[in-house]
Amino acid sequence: MTYSFTISIARKAGLSDPEGTTTKKALNDLGFDGVTHVSYGRTISVDVTAATPQEARSNIEAMCEKLLANPVMETYTIEALA
Amino acid sequence: MTIAVIVYPGTNCEHDIVHALSLAGADTEMVWHRDTELNGATGIVLPGGFAHGDYLRTGAIARFSPIMDAVVDLAGQGVPTLGICNGFQILTEAGLLPGGLVANRDLRFICETVHLRVESTDSVLTRAAHMGQVLSIPLNSYEGNYVADDVDRIEAEGDVILRYSDENGNVDHITSPNGSTNSIAGITNASRNVAGLMPHPERASEDILGSADGMVLLEGFVASTDLVDA
Repeated sequence: MTYSFTISIARKAGLSDPEGTTTKKALNDLGFDGVTHVSYGRTISVDVTAATPQEARSNIEAMCEKLLANPVMETYTIEALA
Repeated sequence: MTIAVIVYPGTNCEHDIVHALSLAGADTEMVWHRDTELNGATGIVLPGGFAHGDYLRTGAIARFSPIMDAVVDLAGQGVPTLGICNGFQILTEAGLLPGGLVANRDLRFICETVHLRVESTDSVLTRAAHMGQVLSIPLNSYEGNYVADDVDRIEAEGDVILRYSDENGNVDHITSPNGSTNSIAGITNASRNVAGLMPHPERASEDILGSADGMVLLEGFVASTDLVDA
């Protein structure tokens, strides 16, 4: 069975995020005064075959820990798609 | 006494560093990233470039190249190991050095000669320099902005070896060209045998290049490899 996941990867809070800082400033300059924080991340879609949904998710978690995210400076969330 | 220079698809500074290391008296051998052995290497250099196109994150794919098991193994045994620019990024991804590198503060590729102040001589890279020495060395990178969530520990343990400064050695946030935390340009590991820096000492290896200030770093590194029993 093939399972589909969307992985969202974000910079750890407090670490430099120049894209987010610059975009926030641009939004403020455009008059969007209510914007108080912008941060950048990545979205990765992965299809994986596994015997069970639990096995598929556990594989995805291992992929995030090993390669897809850098735990030194990033966090990640995993969303299973129906 | 051979220094292994690791070459990944996308590495583009391997010939420069081989030439500069030869000026410092070293024998070198280029090693393709799909090789798995580093027998007899007394030093390892990961040169600059764009390994694997910098896809995913800089260094993230290169960190799992087949040669990396041998790199991690030898670095763990104390073999002097140096990462320059992209090589520095690979060493952080591999966990051989703390922290990581993200996009420059001003979101532009920096290609200019910068000043570096030597913060510690307790590393294979800075052992021949003196404390407070100011070096003029080119910086060429988009993702050279050093970050670490444990930067206080890194500072307290003396892992910072080079900081961006002005020509007189003054350091403040303005002298950091890329926004690096605490103006950090180079760091070492707890054992002091692994070092990484974003600027390119091999591009400041002869007067004809505008500066030979990088040689004090490379000569120190080569001298440290002479102490290794292969």
